[in-house]
Amino acid sequence: MALPLFPPTEDPGPDFSSLLRRSAVPAFPAVPQGADIAASVRHATTVVALRFADGIVMAGDRRATEGHAIAHRAMEKVFPADRYSAVAIAGAAGFAVEMVRLFQTQLEHYEKVEGVTLSLEGKANQLAQMVRQQLPLAMQGLAVVPLFAGYDTSRGVGRIYSYDVTGGHYEEADYQATGSGGRDARTTIKLGFREGLSREEAVELAIQALYEAADEDSGTGGPDVVRGIYPTVAVVTADGYAEVPEQEVADRFGALVERKRMGRTPNGSASGGGEPA
Amino acid sequence: MTMPFYVAPEQVMKDRAEYAQKGIARGRALIATVYADGVLIVAENPSRSLHKISEIYDRIAFAGVGKYNEYDQLRVAGVRHADTKGFAYSREDVDARSLANLYAQFLGNVFTHEMKPLEVEILVAEVGSNGKPDQLYHIAYEGTITDEDRFAVLGGDAETIAQRFADGWRGDRDLPDAVRAAVRALAGPERTLGPDDLEVALLGRENGRRAFRRVADGELAGILSGPDEPAGDGQASGGARSGGEQLPGASDGSP
Repeated sequence: MALPLFPPTEDPGPDFSSLLRRSAVPAFPAVPQGADIAASVRHATTVVALRFADGIVMAGDRRATEGHAIAHRAMEKVFPADRYSAVAIAGAAGFAVEMVRLFQTQLEHYEKVEGVTLSLEGKANQLAQMVRQQLPLAMQGLAVVPLFAGYDTSRGVGRIYSYDVTGGHYEEADYQATGSGGRDARTTIKLGFREGLSREEAVELAIQALYEAADEDSGTGGPDVVRGIYPTVAVVTADGYAEVPEQEVADRFGALVERKRMGRTPNGSASGGGEPA
Repeated sequence: MTMPFYVAPEQVMKDRAEYAQKGIARGRALIATVYADGVLIVAENPSRSLHKISEIYDRIAFAGVGKYNEYDQLRVAGVRHADTKGFAYSREDVDARSLANLYAQFLGNVFTHEMKPLEVEILVAEVGSNGKPDQLYHIAYEGTITDEDRFAVLGGDAETIAQRFADGWRGDRDLPDAVRAAVRALAGPERTLGPDDLEVALLGRENGRRAFRRVADGELAGILSGPDEPAGDGQASGGARSGGEQLPGASDGSP
């Protein structure tokens, strides 16, 4: 590797993707046209994000599928993008994980080259450009649809952005879910959401949403008590990104399953995603 | 047609070296030293936004003296090299030694082949992890690379400052002590340097993935008003001990 120096007219600036293109490290290899590989590629599913009083909560199940088979049981889908933001992925797992790595590097690269961090809006736009570059792949069934959320340090609020395969990105007011079980997860959050949730209530609601998604969608993994694998839950506030400890997530799932069972026994009717305990 | 004058190669090199040295000697100095929790870099720099010290990668920092645009170009190249390497391989494969070698090759090349040598002196520092020692690579304008395991002084009047700093140097000083010792050495017996004249940053072993942290003005003022060393040279202001206040994990120093 030589020292990457450029003449002033060809300088890539703080853009890491553009730097990669010049240094012969291919970011995303092209898939041959017409190749139908979608069914044999790992896919990641349901991720959710919701806003609460101090920031945002983001959560994702751990299952990856290849067609109808389970390919991986402990996949991570929620990542810190930088200190004050998180990114979660649904879609073709290989490209999605690579996109997250590129996104993380891009944010840090910008910060180091420019000496300041990007605004939250700027970060969301960067991610949109990366999703848009994937459009040819999305047309072949290898779409990557991320969720991006973070704490806006200049405004002092949590903000959530959702994406579609064309790179369109939309700021969500309160919550969003994506992936194959996204619809069920979204409905659960819709029923339990109110303005000014506490951290505990928001984490509980995210966990409920993933439980209900796993209940209805074959692509979404529920809590795996046998192997001790539970969904990933992260919180981003003014203190930065923090993952909710696995034990807390396990306990909350344990309590949720217990409530569900209690609700079933005498009258035989299970209660849906009601108020968090 | 005019014939160029013959100039002996020795003379060419001497002239270039002199030119570069002059440029560097005009710049204010900086000290990088090993301390109890990692590597500390203290630079005399009145500017708040044009930094002499910067982050390159998780455990690597860069510092430069001389012409700002020239060392800043090298800094950005270093960030690019490290980020590309970390992306292509893995974060742990990025090391200071290979970067320092690239810098040395580049500076050496410019010195011998270009019209004008770069008027810079740079430092690449890496804080050790898992029992590995800290590393300081000092690279001069003509590509000479020196590997220091205690401290390095760059810039104008470096030799005098190095003598002052070597006197009583210890590698196990805590942060306030190490900062005060470095500031004393930079200032010399006749001057006093305040927080506004200084840029201080460190690579902390316990700072998590990104070890780099800037010491903000408020914290620096607290440190500088602390007690001087016993054998002090009479410029102690004798304030209350500053209890080593730390910003909560701010890795980038920006608010």
